[in-house]
Amino acid sequence: MSATVESIAAEDERLLPRSPLRRLVSRPELGSVLGAIAVFLVFAVVADNFLRAGSLGTVLYAASTIGIMAVPVALLMIGGEFDLSAGVMVTSSALISSMISYEFTANVWVGVGVSLVATLAIGLFNGILLTRTGLPSFIITLGTFLMLTGLNLGFTKLISGTVATKSIADMDGFPAARALFASHLSIGSFAVQVTVLWWIGMIAVATWVLLRTRAGNWIFAVGGGRDAARAVGVPVERTKIGLYLGVALGAWISGQHLLFNYNVVQSGEGVGNELIYIAAAVIGGCLLTGGYGSAIGAAVGALIFGMTSKGIVFAQWDPNWFKFFLGAMLLAATLLNLWIRRRAEATR
Amino acid sequence: MTAPDEPRDPAGTAAEPDPGTTPREDAARSADTPPPAADHPVAGAATGTPLLELDAVSKHYGNIRALEEVSLTVRGGRVTCVLGDNGAGKSTLIKIIAGLHRHDAGVFRVDGAETSLASPRQALEVGIATVYQDLAMVPLMPVWRNFFLGSEPTVGRGPLRRLDVRLMRSTTRERLLRMGIDLRDVDQPIGTLSGGERQSVAIARAVHFGARVLVLDEPTAALGVKQAGVVLRRVAAARDEGLGVVLVTHNPHHAHLVGDHFVLLKRGAMAGDHAAGEITLDELTRQMAGGSELAELGHELRRAAPPGPDSDE
Repeated sequence: MSATVESIAAEDERLLPRSPLRRLVSRPELGSVLGAIAVFLVFAVVADNFLRAGSLGTVLYAASTIGIMAVPVALLMIGGEFDLSAGVMVTSSALISSMISYEFTANVWVGVGVSLVATLAIGLFNGILLTRTGLPSFIITLGTFLMLTGLNLGFTKLISGTVATKSIADMDGFPAARALFASHLSIGSFAVQVTVLWWIGMIAVATWVLLRTRAGNWIFAVGGGRDAARAVGVPVERTKIGLYLGVALGAWISGQHLLFNYNVVQSGEGVGNELIYIAAAVIGGCLLTGGYGSAIGAAVGALIFGMTSKGIVFAQWDPNWFKFFLGAMLLAATLLNLWIRRRAEATR
Repeated sequence: MTAPDEPRDPAGTAAEPDPGTTPREDAARSADTPPPAADHPVAGAATGTPLLELDAVSKHYGNIRALEEVSLTVRGGRVTCVLGDNGAGKSTLIKIIAGLHRHDAGVFRVDGAETSLASPRQALEVGIATVYQDLAMVPLMPVWRNFFLGSEPTVGRGPLRRLDVRLMRSTTRERLLRMGIDLRDVDQPIGTLSGGERQSVAIARAVHFGARVLVLDEPTAALGVKQAGVVLRRVAAARDEGLGVVLVTHNPHHAHLVGDHFVLLKRGAMAGDHAAGEITLDELTRQMAGGSELAELGHELRRAAPPGPDSDE
């Protein structure tokens, strides 16, 4: 035991003997960061265009559309729950916004506002149903996933007669809403989509909440030991409902981007995306069982997805390989995380 | 007592109770008490009014007598051991002291005043903290986050209101050090600590959040000999800080090491009440195991099986 040596060191800074390497290794993000570097290097070598500013902007954009959802989904997973309805909730949010504006010929901001309330209500529904019934979140959100999928298609068909909404591009307020949700800024030759800013904002807020607020402490606690958390007075129900509201907020932002980027919404979209968000969170170090993970890790997971999906195109490979690469990466990252964590715990 | 030893009453101590918790859950929130200790003399109150006194307390569940006329005194700086086999009434006794159940008969005094605790929260408010066997800890979270879980101190206002991480870390380290636990790193997940260390952290946490009476439910039950020793040292440390300790156990060896007073329970009733000087370990063990009953058991087993070296253990 080196404890005696360490306690001789300045009493407040007994942390020093712990090597920087070991601290790094105990971070949940490490696996995903290593993975991201590897993926970046591969495409930097095999795809000629990959390193150009325009390409990197495209990669960041692809990453941001996943990342805006992957970050709140990661928080939810740290809190010990799933949300399988996250993918179609994005579409629902976009549809609500579009239809309210179109059918009532209202300013698009009315639609945007109603959509925010409605999407949060879906999140609230998930959260309350979960905490009241005590059923597994897998079942509850599988239910809302299927219901929303049906509602998206059914209502769209009923109201507009087709599977897509009508364009709202000529309606009042559209340019301003588009600027907020689907514009891009040029920094020199580098075009940054506004979603990237939303994404970065999301990461910053999520990381702050998770690591530096009481709510963050509670999120880790309800995921890592619900009964213990309850026993010391943590409001378990409120924390979980809050996490579902966070996912809904992400779905609203993503949904508005979807709408204002394309002017119309395809009602069948979003199915399957929920698993991509979960995969990004897991690559980023979130444990499926809860209580461990990070928002930054999930963001890096999303970046890996962005790099892979666009890198394959730049490398002129058959894009059909994309899903295979993602699956392989998910397994590799999970195994790497597992291995790192075992080592980190063994070498303490 | 040096100044840095009292960095408590963080802004966040007034954590509102979750209205959804049941009494049972409430009981274990030892970390959530506002420190009431300021105006109570803590140290060495071995004489004078006992912190806690049970006088012929009974508890019935329907027609079952769970506890019958049990008396118990807890003084500051003293360890009172409650010994008994399974079903002896130990849990019922803990529940009454922790405020989970009200007693039906007899007198329950706190600081000399008769009382009947309506809830675990009320028990905490008068300074009675109960550490249950599951300890109410989250294994994957760092020690310092666990220490303050549910009562996190914060600084700043509005959206900038944040955890006072520096205070949390340093307080955890100081409190544990004061209990004689020199953790290498308060950032390590609490699950990586040994069972004895975890129990020690739970005790330190109860002490920090203002407990005057510490009720420990079988703190050594699941531990090896060495780990049990670690925990018993913490019990002694809490005692030396002036707390009254109620140590509930079925292990007379552990009880005899730290106990100042022994209360034996059998089938819900008092089977013995001894001061430390009055009784030897052997006698305590014999009474605890039920003396004649054990002899009878040995006799019975001898007839059933060929005599073995430890057939009368």
